[in-house]
Amino acid sequence: MEFAELIKTPRVDGVVLHRPFMPTVEGTLCLTGHHLILSSRQDNTEELWLLHANIDSIEKRFVGSLGTIIVKCKDLRVIQLDIPGMEECLNIASSIEALSTLDSVSLMYPFFYRPLFEVIEDGWQLFVPEEAFKDLESMTDEWRLSEVNKDFSVCPSYPSLLTVPKDIDDESLCKAASFRHGGRFPVLSYYHKKNGMVMMRAAQPLTGTNGRRCKEDEKLINATLCAGKRGYIIDTRTIAVAQQAKARGGGFEQEANYPQWRRIHKAIERSNVLQESLIKLVESCNDQSHSMDRWLSKLEASNWQSNVKEILTTACLAAQCIDREGASVLVHGTEGTDSTLQVTSLAQIILDPSCRTIRGFEALIEREWLQAGHPFQQRCAQSAYSNGKPRSEAPVFLLFLDCVWQILRQFPCSFQFNENFLIMLFEHTYASQFSTFLGNSVAERVKLLLSQKTVSLWSWVNRPQELERFLNPLYEPNNLVIWPSVAPQSLQLWEGVFLRWNRSTKCLDEAYQEMVHIIEYNKELQNKVNSLRRQLAQLETEDSPLQTP
Amino acid sequence: MEHIRTPKVENVRMTDRLTPRKSTVGTLYLSSTHTIFVENSEARKEIWVLHSLVYNVERLPTNPSGSPLIIRCKNFLVYRLLIPQEKDCLDVLASLTRLSRPERYGELFCFSFNPNLDKELREKAWGFIDLKAEFNRMGIPSNLWHVTAANHEYRLCDTYPSELFVPKSASPAVIVGSAKFRSRGRLPILSYFHRDTSASICRSSQPLSGFSARSSDDEQMLQAIMKSNPVSELMYVVDTRPKLNAMANRAAGKGYEIEDHYTNTKLQFIGIENIHVMRNSQQKLIDVGELVAPSMSDFLWGLENSGWLKHIKAVLDAGIFIAKAVAEDGVSVLVHCSDGWDRTAQACSVASVLLDPYYRTIKGLMVLIEKDWVSFGHKFSHRYAHLDGDPKEVSPVMDQFLECVWQLMQQFPCAFEFNERFLIQLHTHIYSCQYGNFIGNCQKERRDLRLQERTHSLWPHLWENRAEYTNPLYRTDHSQTQGVLKPLTTAYCFKFWKGMYGRAEKSVASHQSPADCLNVVREESQQLEEELSTHQEVPRETDAGQETCPTEGEENFRGEEDQQAV
Repeated sequence: MEFAELIKTPRVDGVVLHRPFMPTVEGTLCLTGHHLILSSRQDNTEELWLLHANIDSIEKRFVGSLGTIIVKCKDLRVIQLDIPGMEECLNIASSIEALSTLDSVSLMYPFFYRPLFEVIEDGWQLFVPEEAFKDLESMTDEWRLSEVNKDFSVCPSYPSLLTVPKDIDDESLCKAASFRHGGRFPVLSYYHKKNGMVMMRAAQPLTGTNGRRCKEDEKLINATLCAGKRGYIIDTRTIAVAQQAKARGGGFEQEANYPQWRRIHKAIERSNVLQESLIKLVESCNDQSHSMDRWLSKLEASNWQSNVKEILTTACLAAQCIDREGASVLVHGTEGTDSTLQVTSLAQIILDPSCRTIRGFEALIEREWLQAGHPFQQRCAQSAYSNGKPRSEAPVFLLFLDCVWQILRQFPCSFQFNENFLIMLFEHTYASQFSTFLGNSVAERVKLLLSQKTVSLWSWVNRPQELERFLNPLYEPNNLVIWPSVAPQSLQLWEGVFLRWNRSTKCLDEAYQEMVHIIEYNKELQNKVNSLRRQLAQLETEDSPLQTP
Repeated sequence: MEHIRTPKVENVRMTDRLTPRKSTVGTLYLSSTHTIFVENSEARKEIWVLHSLVYNVERLPTNPSGSPLIIRCKNFLVYRLLIPQEKDCLDVLASLTRLSRPERYGELFCFSFNPNLDKELREKAWGFIDLKAEFNRMGIPSNLWHVTAANHEYRLCDTYPSELFVPKSASPAVIVGSAKFRSRGRLPILSYFHRDTSASICRSSQPLSGFSARSSDDEQMLQAIMKSNPVSELMYVVDTRPKLNAMANRAAGKGYEIEDHYTNTKLQFIGIENIHVMRNSQQKLIDVGELVAPSMSDFLWGLENSGWLKHIKAVLDAGIFIAKAVAEDGVSVLVHCSDGWDRTAQACSVASVLLDPYYRTIKGLMVLIEKDWVSFGHKFSHRYAHLDGDPKEVSPVMDQFLECVWQLMQQFPCAFEFNERFLIQLHTHIYSCQYGNFIGNCQKERRDLRLQERTHSLWPHLWENRAEYTNPLYRTDHSQTQGVLKPLTTAYCFKFWKGMYGRAEKSVASHQSPADCLNVVREESQQLEEELSTHQEVPRETDAGQETCPTEGEENFRGEEDQQAV
């Protein structure tokens, strides 16, 4: 298919662009296969380059022959284009609609994007399972890397290499896979070096209504427990939801069959409920006419903050079992690709200081989200403004980022990255020139030949000149487990995302600059003092032979 | 001492409701002024709770582990004790209940508090804030404004200061006549003069207009105020009450200015609720903070139901209206409510903070509080229950002003010289009765109590410790420190003040504070600067052995603040 077929009017002159907190720009609107571009052709005004993929929905309005298109973006920004001429306006609108809702992955911008920078460190090669396993091997010999899923046939949403208990052979893994939803048998998620406890994740067991059991699954899980030790199974669903799952062939581990494990149920919402929550939240954030009462009641009704609290609470529980109780943990929900990953990844941020560095956080996203098979493409196909019929969209990853932001806010000195890094990740999951978040699983990404044909987000982000924006000036590495408060009064609305386009951040940005300035000045002074000290020491050693006869 | 039945109880457990493992065991001492808890641990950490800061003491039913006692403080700290013997618990309860409710001014802590300062220094300390100098700073007296002796010996209005600034054009007869037409004699007087526009903020109580009364003196007084701003032919009267409340007052012979009687004035109602509504609202807010393991919905619903943030918004909106009139329209404003000592003080002082960068400094905020609150007769002892008295007089008026400043600090992080800790410290001392500044209800009462001779002033004490209260992001040459602040008051801009109201449980206290980290970095930079300058001055003679190493990798960020009462 040619993009040209979809572009009815490639350019219109005299279009006026309105953006939040920016002066209006009049100029020429151009549509390309992947971008909506508005340029005034003057040197000093900023141009607009908007990816069609970033457009969530559009609205048209007409006053006489002047048309207006309201463009609502997936990053929650709303912009307005005033287009002279009704026909032009209609053409532009229908072109945008067609181009922003293309279904075929291979037509996405990452396949057409050519980087204007030299790729020094290829992001596709940065986080390979073999490397992560080497680290594990240096700590314990209880685990092995299995190739049982090398052609993705045992579990289509798992990567080809998986870390499993050493004593469990591939045949048992296949049997355990057949007992778990989507073939997602229990695999290692995290090894806690301090006490050797582990966190595993899986999908729900397929016990069904007649209480099916699977010896291999039981053996696999028990293999992770030391003699005489007990473990915790954290089911992210309420007991009622888990019970209902039995009718559809799913279910949960029966105590009788897993006597060494204690099961705890939590209440993280399912993805369709989360999408509804996002839509409500964004709607109330965008209505500035709300009275205080109405705002607070809308915020409450959106349930967004409740979701944040529940996810964080569950992650803290998992971390607590491991670090404080000295017990191993298995986490699962239904499919094991959403709430499960929220919990396992957040628990690691709490427990493992290396996950709070930039590289470590990227590695965490690779391990616990991308390779673990979170269906990014399905979840991030549409955002809060979409009028389309909801399919599998859900802000699962955005909620994870929100939770990370909450911890970052409570421990502003413990993270190497800043809020901008999290916001950047949010943007790139929904629309990007990079392909890191394309596809729903490793298998799909391999099939699309992404690593050959496209550029990884990490290749760009990790360049020193880009990274600078994302570094937290307050960072002081520490080796501590950090326990966030999950009390409601400690959790705040993530203004950087949800109020980003509703209020000017000038004063807050200035404060950030001031902070950077104070710290840089300090570093500069330290360097000066250190070099003076060295000079002094040198002078003294030169002088001393003269003084001693 | 006669109220203390048991001066010492051993093996008392101080519990943390959310994290039981943070509980500690120690000895409880009762002195005539403080409850003191000394941990048995090696550090022997001490917690001192001033009796005058105790809001209430509650005993829960005795259980097998002992008798629980909850001490709630006026600064929202809560201490949960477990006393092994029920008898001891009852004794402590009885003693504290009596000690925390002094009946006479003489019993207050400020009269026994002795920080070892000689007489001369103490007297000098009382001169630390000089309101005359403050009016001079505004350019007053001038050819249009002067000081009047009309209130000498408080004969015109006993709740006003003896020196009042009024328009030069207002004759003594007009001044007296206007005072007679105002509730409790609180005539319109100058609170703030804005040099850039010559517009002023004046304040008063409500007029005694009833349904038809008028006073030509009062009308002339307002004309005089309007004419003291030569560039404007209009003035605003801001009635900070909801219009309905103001109308109800007419039946009692009070009310508001009838626009027809006052030439060229425009009346504006703002709608700040009265002290009773505010008291109830804050109580609901405190209750939200005390919920056991609340869900997010419980919390947000409670926050909404308390109405607290709505009231904070109303006070801030009042300040914004006044500041805009003065700075942008160049129009003078007369502000009043009923008596002109609660909502009026809030609205005038919030407007001043918005208008004048000076009031955003440490010294400036002290001056502002001394002027708009202390000198103009805000009833501190009644509002903050310094003495056992009418509970209906108690209301968190000043709390709301301090919170408005805090909300502004969230929007303008570089605009204020002081930090949140300064506001919390001010709040504590407004209630604590440790210093004489906020004792009594007006200047006359303070004079009669001879406070300057018998007590100490808080201001120099805070000033000496200003390093602790400094905002590291503040810079005098920063754009945010200049000019008028124009905050947003969209509902989502207001936040729950966790630092103030979220302190009931230690475990929800904040973990790391960026401001504290930055202060450490700045201090270190100062040391480095000093070291550099010594190196550069005496390039070859420095003894390397004497150098102090810069402390690297400060690790004390994590320490939770010891939030002890004074």
